[in-house]
Amino acid sequence: MRTPDETLPVAEVARAGWRPGTWLLIILPVALLAAMVVLFLTGGEGLIGKPPIPPDALLKIEFERLVFRPGEVVATVRNTGPDEVTIAQVAVNEALWQFAVSPSPSLARMQRATVTIPYPWETGDPVEVKLITSNGLAFTHKVDIAAETPRPSLRTLGIFALLGIYVGVIPVYLGLLWFPFLKRVREEWFHFFLSLTAGLLIFLGVDALKEALEAAGKIPHAFKGVGIILIGISVGLLGLMAVGERTMGRARAGVPGGERLALAYLIAAGIGLHNLGEGLAIGAAYALGNVALGTFLIIGFTIHNTTEGFGVVAPVAKDRVRLWHLVALGLLAGAPTILGTWIGGFTYSAVWSILFLALGAGAIFQVVYELLKLMTRDARERAGSLANFAGLILGLGIMYLTGLLVQL
Amino acid sequence: MVHPNPTHYMGSRPAPTDRQAPDALDPMQILTAFDHGKVTRLSNGQIQREYTLTAFDREIEVAKGVKFPAWTFNGSVPGPTIRCTEGDRLLIHFRNEGAHPHTIHLHGIHPADADGVFEVVPPGGTYGYQLTAEPFGLFLYHCHVMPLKKHIHKGLYGAFIVDPKTPRPPAKELVMVMNGFDTDLDGENEFYTVNGIANYFAEHPIPLQVGEPVRIYLVNTTEFDLINSFHLHGNVFKLFRTGTSLTSYEITDTVMLCQGERCILEFSFKYPGRFMFHAHQSEFAELGWMGMFDVRPRAQRA
Repeated sequence: MRTPDETLPVAEVARAGWRPGTWLLIILPVALLAAMVVLFLTGGEGLIGKPPIPPDALLKIEFERLVFRPGEVVATVRNTGPDEVTIAQVAVNEALWQFAVSPSPSLARMQRATVTIPYPWETGDPVEVKLITSNGLAFTHKVDIAAETPRPSLRTLGIFALLGIYVGVIPVYLGLLWFPFLKRVREEWFHFFLSLTAGLLIFLGVDALKEALEAAGKIPHAFKGVGIILIGISVGLLGLMAVGERTMGRARAGVPGGERLALAYLIAAGIGLHNLGEGLAIGAAYALGNVALGTFLIIGFTIHNTTEGFGVVAPVAKDRVRLWHLVALGLLAGAPTILGTWIGGFTYSAVWSILFLALGAGAIFQVVYELLKLMTRDARERAGSLANFAGLILGLGIMYLTGLLVQL
Repeated sequence: MVHPNPTHYMGSRPAPTDRQAPDALDPMQILTAFDHGKVTRLSNGQIQREYTLTAFDREIEVAKGVKFPAWTFNGSVPGPTIRCTEGDRLLIHFRNEGAHPHTIHLHGIHPADADGVFEVVPPGGTYGYQLTAEPFGLFLYHCHVMPLKKHIHKGLYGAFIVDPKTPRPPAKELVMVMNGFDTDLDGENEFYTVNGIANYFAEHPIPLQVGEPVRIYLVNTTEFDLINSFHLHGNVFKLFRTGTSLTSYEITDTVMLCQGERCILEFSFKYPGRFMFHAHQSEFAELGWMGMFDVRPRAQRA
């Protein structure tokens, strides 16, 4: 007699088996595609005639890093064009200058090179580096305010860690300090504050998305920035959803109020991911020579992270929470900033930065969803009450205003 | 005898492939090479000089390691320096082996059909310019086909010297054509040069002797920038603007020229050593318009 398992359609396929011929069926289209590509590259151009765009015009060199050391400027560049390119001359601030390229002035596709230029740059001055290729094309990168780049060393490791603590960890704990206030607040106000949290988080998520899109616009097209964003958001969203299912589900079944604590942890995780991206941005600002930009970022992130701390603790405001939970929440939300600053400062890669920003955005959107779910389940009033609406708008408004303050 | 071709297109040949000049002219050669043409004496006693200028496309090096797809006269940028004496009969055989239509527009006094504007020579075509050289002075020639910026900037220009009937005093004569190259086609010059290669005379100083009279025929064909200039270190020179007078205009060490302007400079060095000459627009000097004279003590062979 057939078991229930055996009657399922899936079982039918599984029983059909993995014959050797199956591999051929998978490989065949791929092989044919490869053959077509090879054919076109080796002679098929005759099929459509010579392309109207002279291939030289598509050549491209992009700057990945610009490092300032005493008396020299070091640029890390990559050939992101379709063909080999040779660096023939270098001009700094519109003057042809001495330079050395390693490993070689001729860059193959996607190959990197380091251009070392002995140049008497001055702190605070703008520096524009222009690379001129053997066929006369020019590629420039400008730093508005030159400043010495921090060298990887125990000291700078410590500085970046301190930076991460100052920007990420401490502000989150500051936000957590609202916990006692929230405990005294009346039941009705609790949902107002949850909505406020939702507003904060929505703003944060959209802001992170906007930064990811901006960064995607600046990276070489070959890396397909928007594709990275899509992947990042999906993974962040679905990833946190999966984590949420497990933790919230288990929490729901277990300790009363455990659901809200789980939500607090989810929020902290989402914000933590986002802060990883923020740390990358700060580190990168230093790496690309934009120290002044880094300073603005620091102020902005510090203020935002304080409001994020509030968002982390809001869901558990009405519960009794052990102190070590609060400590753990703060670390989960804030500590990734340190990691991000290290990565961004020493081995910055625009691609990873975009990925983490998108991850953070996806995670945050998922968290907002969970928060709203919690509110509608918990509420005695309807979710769309005036208090909730006001809270949401206020949350958005606070983030907007604090953002404005940073621009001054 | 050469008959001028009609002005309209007769259909163009497919673009000829880049060909090498018989001997690649380098900036040092252009400095001291004068094309006096094939000289014959006409029945009326007049001297006739025949020149052959061929326009063809050629990739040239404009700075170390940087190539530029130029349009050249006889394979060099600037083109050959045409030299004659006031009153000579000139025949310029122009052959266009480039991929675009070109002309040769001469500065100076001449009939309209020797002006090189309306008789556009298509690829594969030829034209003969016939004129009597007048007045004496330093002139230039360049292509005059639209778009002008492009046809000039791509390299179709050169110096044109008409000596006075009574020759100027003997001197070491140098031709310097100031130009620029916009290699990435953004409307701004990436490199500024004298005689075609950025920083060439900074790396290969021009040997002179103390006390030796020097005459520079200086021509400005820089495109995109309103003016260019020449500044001489450690010395001053007699300035003959456009070279059309034998009396010097002023004595100075810096002269400013707009595109198409030219002048003759006469000087001799009092002290030995290396002396720079460059544009006094520092930006041009730092982008390749920089050179040096290596002045040797008297009676030391270069």
